[in-house]
Amino acid sequence: MAALPKRLSTGDAIAITVFAVLAIFPLLAKFGTEGYLLALVTRVMIFAIAAIALDLIVGFGALVSFGHAAFVGLGAYAVGILASHGITDALVALPAALLVSALFAFVTGLVCLRTKGVYFIMITLAFGQMAFFTASSLAPYGGDDGLTVRMRDTVAGLPLLRSDGALYYVAFVCLLATFALCRALVVSRFGRVFRGARENPMRLAAIGFDVFRYQLAAYVIAGALAGMSGFLLANATNFVSPAYMSWQRSGELIIMVVLGGMGTLYGAIIGAAAFLFAEEWLSELTEHWKMIFGPLLIIVVVFARGGLIGLVFGRGRHD
Amino acid sequence: MSTSLLIVQILNGLQLGVLLFLIAAGLTLVFGVMDFINLAHGVQYMLGAYLAVMFYSLTGSFLAALILALLATLAFGLLLEFVVFRHLYDRDHLDQVIATFGVILFLNQGVKFVWGAAPLSLPIPEFFSGSVVLMPGLLYPVWRLAIIGSGFAVALILYLLVSRTRVGMLVRAGATNAAMVSALGVNIRRLFMIVFGFGTMLAGFAGIMIAPILSVEPGMGDTILILAFVVIVIGGIGSIRGALIAALLIGLVDTLGRSFAVDLLRLFMAPSPARTVGPAIASMLIYLLMAVVLYIRPSGLFPAKGR
Repeated sequence: MAALPKRLSTGDAIAITVFAVLAIFPLLAKFGTEGYLLALVTRVMIFAIAAIALDLIVGFGALVSFGHAAFVGLGAYAVGILASHGITDALVALPAALLVSALFAFVTGLVCLRTKGVYFIMITLAFGQMAFFTASSLAPYGGDDGLTVRMRDTVAGLPLLRSDGALYYVAFVCLLATFALCRALVVSRFGRVFRGARENPMRLAAIGFDVFRYQLAAYVIAGALAGMSGFLLANATNFVSPAYMSWQRSGELIIMVVLGGMGTLYGAIIGAAAFLFAEEWLSELTEHWKMIFGPLLIIVVVFARGGLIGLVFGRGRHD
Repeated sequence: MSTSLLIVQILNGLQLGVLLFLIAAGLTLVFGVMDFINLAHGVQYMLGAYLAVMFYSLTGSFLAALILALLATLAFGLLLEFVVFRHLYDRDHLDQVIATFGVILFLNQGVKFVWGAAPLSLPIPEFFSGSVVLMPGLLYPVWRLAIIGSGFAVALILYLLVSRTRVGMLVRAGATNAAMVSALGVNIRRLFMIVFGFGTMLAGFAGIMIAPILSVEPGMGDTILILAFVVIVIGGIGSIRGALIAALLIGLVDTLGRSFAVDLLRLFMAPSPARTVGPAIASMLIYLLMAVVLYIRPSGLFPAKGR
């Protein structure tokens, strides 16, 4: 804990660099295949939002949620289902996405947070699958095949999200807001209790904190933020599918968090970028890219504890 | 909803339950003894099915294919343990989840690479082909009965092994308190190798037995893996008895739910919404069951850990 201020300053420097690069990226992309790069980095930022939200509970609360993709999917479905009923305004769709995913997080959190360790992983996984199969059997909304969202949402009637550049900056602002919120939460009194609950819940309970309520609050916040990422994802891809909620997606989010460096928040952005770029690059190389990616993951886990950040800055994971 | 349909669905439910038990048994012991999350357990099941298809086309005999595939899955499981899993026992669950996820990615793609993406099939062995008359007007495939029978036989063998042998005693002790067993001078790593190899073989066996009635395809292990997780969580991690009871429960609830949810809902609502809501509720049913069980008993029905 004594090293905390120093760690934050390195961390802040990295975070500022990351956001600065993201802010000017559309200008840089003009020199490359602009549309493709812009879409790819927008995707990175969207997944980074969900990954930061996951890092909040995994990295700081040791709540390894293996069903986080369900919240992303719920946010996306909120957009898709509203659109299929003719409601295509972000002022309705975004709050709906946040509300639905927060509500799901609250209800499932009531059950999940009663369990610990492996049981927590399993039960979040199971709730994720529950959402997945429910979405798959929603025949009026496409079932297995998913649902096409014909147009991007308007904002108060204005077509603000129509251009890819605008969507990029909306995703950027959402990412920045997510990062700022989570970072503020982590260093706040709330965050100290939440982090303390990871170290020793019994001691915290003895001082008089109701650990369960703090964890539930963090779980709901993480769920709602993932719902926001789902809202953006549906708008970026114009498509909503049960596959957004599949457990492989949840696994990928965990990989992003750990790849970048768990418990750092900005690591989640780097992890999301590393994962999606690797996927993009390897899949161009060969159709069987997962045969390379799988062993790569194992090697990173076995040899690079602390993720890519830890690898570069020579720090192991501190816990 | 006729009686014969109900009986057929109960048998189908038992068959799914038995299959889940074969997979969950290994998983729950690996968890129980080593506190190790092995997401790659599902791909062993897939591998069993693929290997059975391969050995069948080589030898033309189901029995030979069964034996060879069992040995091959065992060998492959031990190889995985030696190359990958061994480095992960002292890590936290998160690392285990990611590394074994990597194994899944590799193997799901690997079988595509070797055998192609198209589903394969395995013929039902001659001796067990056809159907048997259970009741007047009620036919049931013999092979499915064979699956149920062999599953219960395995359960019985496992029960005798775990409750009557010295290794079984150590496994039970290991699931209750691994550190203590290790402190008493038992080589827990070797014990774990035995448990792991056995679990792998059981998952492979499940894959081989199901191959004649399901299509053998990449990713077939993923869905069943999640169901097996639900089973061991409901049953209590580390408990064979819990796994058996929970597996049969899940098999029956899932199968009966899917067959009769719409009919049941029709009693309360109009046919058209019932057809929409029915399948959704049916697919949620086992997860709801798990949520209820965990809400009442956060460590499952028969927790093995003595805390």
